[in-house]
Formats: sequence, structure tokens, C-alpha cells
Amino acid sequence: MATIHPKLSDELSQTVVSSTKSVKIKIKRSNPNVNSEQKFDEFVVPIEKWTTVLDVLLDVKSHLDHSVGVRYSCRQASCGSCGMKINGKPGLACFTKISELDSDTVTVEPMDNYPVVRDLAVNMDRMINNHKKVMPYVIREDSEIDAESGIREFLQSPENVDKYIQFSSCIKCGLCNSACPTMAMDKTFVGPQALAQAYRYIADDRDKGKNKRLKVIDESHGIWRCHFAGSCSQVCPKGVDPAMGIQLLRGYLLGIRD
Amino acid sequence: MERETGAREGLKGWLNPSKIGKFGIERLAWLLMRLTGLGLLAYFIGHIYETSHILDGKAVWDKSLEMTQTTEGHLFLALVIGMCVFHTGNGIRLMIAQMGYGVGKAERPDYPYKPQSINMKGKACIYATLGMAALAMWYGMAVMFA
Repeated sequence: MATIHPKLSDELSQTVVSSTKSVKIKIKRSNPNVNSEQKFDEFVVPIEKWTTVLDVLLDVKSHLDHSVGVRYSCRQASCGSCGMKINGKPGLACFTKISELDSDTVTVEPMDNYPVVRDLAVNMDRMINNHKKVMPYVIREDSEIDAESGIREFLQSPENVDKYIQFSSCIKCGLCNSACPTMAMDKTFVGPQALAQAYRYIADDRDKGKNKRLKVIDESHGIWRCHFAGSCSQVCPKGVDPAMGIQLLRGYLLGIRD
Repeated sequence: MERETGAREGLKGWLNPSKIGKFGIERLAWLLMRLTGLGLLAYFIGHIYETSHILDGKAVWDKSLEMTQTTEGHLFLALVIGMCVFHTGNGIRLMIAQMGYGVGKAERPDYPYKPQSINMKGKACIYATLGMAALAMWYGMAVMFA
């Protein structure tokens, strides 16, 4: 049952002189720690052509309903905090302009495949744990600083950087895991985020921990569970293309690709 | 500690038609691959059961064959042909892609980001496979209903 707050929104629209347009935002509300009730609250908020979904949510929080639960931080698609389902598709609230949605009503819901903490905030422990599992760092036995040889860092050519730089852009927003249909069914699947990160370090020629990392992902609920629906790559806001990373990694595991 | 509300979408994540609209033809191909796989598995089990009647003598065998000689039987077999062709064609596409071919090359991404793995080659293969499946079904029905 949706709750509408027309009086409050009317009052707000009168205060914003420059805005001529408004949008109805439907926010999915739930608090699993209290009860299993889920409902949509509706608010009408004035917008400009540059207004993002996060701007609208913060407007709602500031003026209409302080209790809306939303996680955010940088407001510039760098921190990966504000992932949510926007009109049914996972996206970053700060990176999605209302004008791009081409709709008078915007529905926001928490991301699929994550336990809900409250309203739009989800628990990302599983993704973070899987991310840690693939050892997302350069594994070396020698020290980075070698006084004898004078080498201060692990040098690398620009050509080799190009092999993994795309996957370094991951901001751990979790949108890929939310879009993945395998994540929807398999609670032990590592997920596209972690698999893409595994490829990022395996493709890095400074790394000497390939075997350790492959041991983690080379199992039935690891890389072989991906069936290449490609949804992860379609929602990635940073151009990481996890589906490509996973297929390239599979080729590497099969001994077909370098 | 949160309850597992929304922790996994379950079958809804597979079957929700709005997902196909939002995630494109690749998601449809993925869903059809799962459904045709399950369909062919069910057909395989049924086929083993049906052909096992041969052990019960000619009369029983002929009677079991009659099941497929009806209009419904022909339509069912046409569906099996379609499932078989799609699953094979799409399976070949997936095998090639999952070896790392045709999914693009890692490079510095430029905004607006366009995933290389979701490309026209893959889309063309999916459409061609769907077309071949439809053609095979049509030919099968033309033969069976002739």
C-alpha cells in the first residue's frame, strides 16, 4: 500500500522557484529487523535537468521524510555506496539523472541478491568477503623496496597496465552481483565482482600468486558457474565489463589464452 | 544481524520478463538456454521411458509410438526440434565466448562506457540461432503435418 505525501511536496515545490518540473518517486520501504512488511512510499519532488536520483532521495530526506534509509557518500560515482534498483535496473543513484530515465515516476528499491538492512541500504558482507577471498592485491615474496638493487617499486610497462587497468576501475558498488541471474539462485557463487577482480590481478604480470588465486575460483561455484548472461557488464557504471574479465579468465584457465 | 530478506531473488531473478527488457537479448538467450536445457533433459528421460516399451513387444511399442502421431504430438516434437537447435547453436556460441574469443580485449575504458563483451557479433549469433530454431521447427512441422 503506497503512502502519498501531497501536502508536504506541494509546500516544497513552492519553495523552489527555478524548478518547473517534478517527479514522483516511489521508495520501497522495509525494515527486516522489525517486521517483514514491505511497502512503497510516494513523494513528489521538484527537479532540474541535472537532478540525480540521489538528489531526489536527499530532497525527500531533508524535507519530506527523514526516516528514509539510504547509503551514500561521494555523490560522484567514486565510492560505490549508493547502488540501488532504479526503475527495475541496478544503478548508482548519484550517477543516474532523472532526465535520463524518461519517466515521470521513478521507482527505487534495494538491490536484489543482498540482504536488506533497511529501506534502500543493503548488507554487502557477502560481496566483500568474496572480494577478499580472491586476494585482491599483488602477491610477491620479495619486498617492494630493495635497497641492494635500488629498485623502489615493481616496474611495469604501459602495455601491461592496459591488460588490467579496466578492471582496476571497480568501485565495489555491487551492481554486477545484483544483476547476475546466477547470484539470484546460487548462494555460494563467488559473483562477477570477485571474478573480475581475480582476473585483474592474474593479468598483472607483477603478481606471483596466480595459482593461489585460481585455487579459490576454479571450482563449481566459482568461475564455472557463470553462464555469460552479460547483465553484470550492462549495469557496471565504471566500464569494468566483468563478463569479459570472466571469459578471458576462463580462457586462461583452460590454457587457451595467455 | 539482518534477516535474509532479499538476499536472493530466486526463480524470480530468472523468469521475470521485465529483466529481459532491461538486460537485452543476451539475458533472453541465457534464459532460453536454461529452459531448453531443462526441457531437453525432461525429453531425454521421457524418450528413454518411451523407447523402453520395445521390450514389451510390438503391440505395446506401436501403441507408444501412436502418442506422437497426433496433432499435439507433432507440436510437441516440433518444440523439441526448436529446443534442440537453439540449445546446440547457442551452446556453440557460449563455448567460443567462454574460451575468451569474441568478447573483446581489455583496454582503458572511455566514457560513455560500452561493454565490449556485449557486442554485435554475439547479438547476431543469438538472432541467427533463434532464426535457425524457428526454421527447423517450421520444416519439422511441414514434414510431420504433410
